[in-house]
Amino acid sequence: MNAEVIKTDAVIVGAGPVGLFAVFELGLNDIKCHLVDILDRPGGQCAELYPEKPIYDIPAIPSCTGAELTERLLEQGKPFNPTFHFGQMVESLEKTPEGKWRLTTDRGTVFESTIVVIAAGGGSFVPKRPPIKGIEAYENKSVFYAVRKMEQFRGKRLVIAGGGDSALDWTINLQPIASHITLVHRRDEFRAAPDSVSKMRALVAEGKMDLKIANLSTLNGADGQLASVTLKEDGKDAYDMPCDNLLAFYGLTMKLGPVANFGAELQDNLLPVNTADFETNLPGVFAIGDINTYPGKMKLILSGFHEAALMAKKAFAMVHPDRRYRFQYTTSSSDLQDKLGVSDAA
Amino acid sequence: MRILCTDTEGKERELLATNEWTVMEIIREGGLPILAQCGGSCACATCHVYVDPAWKDKLPEPNEEEVGMLDGAFEVTENSRLSCQIIFNEELDGLKVTLAPGSV
Ligand SMILES: Cc1cc2nc3c(=O)[nH]c(=O)nc-3n(C[C@H](O)[C@H](O)[C@H](O)COP(=O)(O)OP(=O)(O)OC[C@H]3O[C@@H](n4cnc5c(N)ncnc54)[C@H](O)[C@@H]3O)c2cc1C
Ligand code: FES
Repeated sequence: MNAEVIKTDAVIVGAGPVGLFAVFELGLNDIKCHLVDILDRPGGQCAELYPEKPIYDIPAIPSCTGAELTERLLEQGKPFNPTFHFGQMVESLEKTPEGKWRLTTDRGTVFESTIVVIAAGGGSFVPKRPPIKGIEAYENKSVFYAVRKMEQFRGKRLVIAGGGDSALDWTINLQPIASHITLVHRRDEFRAAPDSVSKMRALVAEGKMDLKIANLSTLNGADGQLASVTLKEDGKDAYDMPCDNLLAFYGLTMKLGPVANFGAELQDNLLPVNTADFETNLPGVFAIGDINTYPGKMKLILSGFHEAALMAKKAFAMVHPDRRYRFQYTTSSSDLQDKLGVSDAA
Repeated sequence: MRILCTDTEGKERELLATNEWTVMEIIREGGLPILAQCGGSCACATCHVYVDPAWKDKLPEPNEEEVGMLDGAFEVTENSRLSCQIIFNEELDGLKVTLAPGSV
């Protein structure tokens, strides 16, 4: 792995709504940001858990969906040209002899940064693991929660479990190359793009795949290799479905993950901060949004926005120790308007 | 008032219940392990319980959100509910539920 070190003012861990707004607040304070997220796109919970659902309590925006909020935040932060590193998990945080913070990701990216903003929300997103006895032994051998290489499934008998977009998309995409596909879902209704649902139904009607309305109950096999899965319909007898692989798509869950080992004090899996600047017990390491805790904390997006503004003020003092902080309004400060690239529009 | 909650080992526990609390909150407050990761916002399905068939009809029907979210739960049956979506009231005194796999 190439360990070329990226030197920067600030690294934001987590590109959820709060991390995205931090780009803006830090940008106004002349602080350049890199953002890292394990997901392959920005927006955190808004993008992953409720992109289509409206949010009604963003100040001055009576209604916008999770996806729209993400888009607007990206647009707002654009003048500051943040660098995104998606599909990577920040695994460690340590202090360098020079007093900088060194962050390393699971893909080997290394940052050296003056300040760190942990905006990790409820933690990193990981696939839900079905609570089936012994499933660990099959994981990444014949049971998968994501598809990395489609070729791996060529000529295989697949059981795909789930009723959302991932289950349906992979059913449709893998159907031409798998030797046989059985889609297993608990009910004969799907919360997925209508187009995918009709495609899947057409494949079933043409006899090109099977759909079973049932729950997964047991895995049968040896040494990590599945031979079959046992399916059970509510109130009926269980039956075995021979297969080579199981792909299970029950959605994502959030796990605190490596943030627990960053060395910052933890309280019930959250990072305690002081409410003057949202710094953790580690100087220069801030925590904003759902990941932090303090008396009266509410896990709302608007709280995270407020936290970002106060954090940025303290961050300015750390990144630009020789400069004096000036309180300014974006409406009236030509300096801020220059930074936003809007001075000519006025 | 109380509810009876069976844990995943089959042991039944009596838990003190309060009006207007959700069944998820009653279980959590009673000290039983329940994941309830999203804190009751019908967004995680890790508060899945089975409602005793004798009690099922006394509960208001689940809404579309809850039914959809149950797709992310495991071993779902016709008695499955998300406990954060059941609001307790005195008519539910004695309600019996069982914690489902994947919610502890
Ligand atoms: C269904 C639902 C509806 C909601 N409705 C509202 C509402 O109406 N109004 C409201 O104000 N709030 C609402 N919320 C809450 C709101 O979504 C959260 O408060 C908000 O998403 C928190 O933002 P965040 O940026 O702090 O964290 P998150 O959105 O959780 O984002 C954190 C990001 O950090 C990443 N991450 C974590 N650890 C690492 C690591 N080590 N390395 C790399 N990446 C990492 C994660 O992958 C994630 O993308 C709702 C939540 C849900 C689930
Ligand atoms: S607690 Fe998350 S759905 Fe009930």
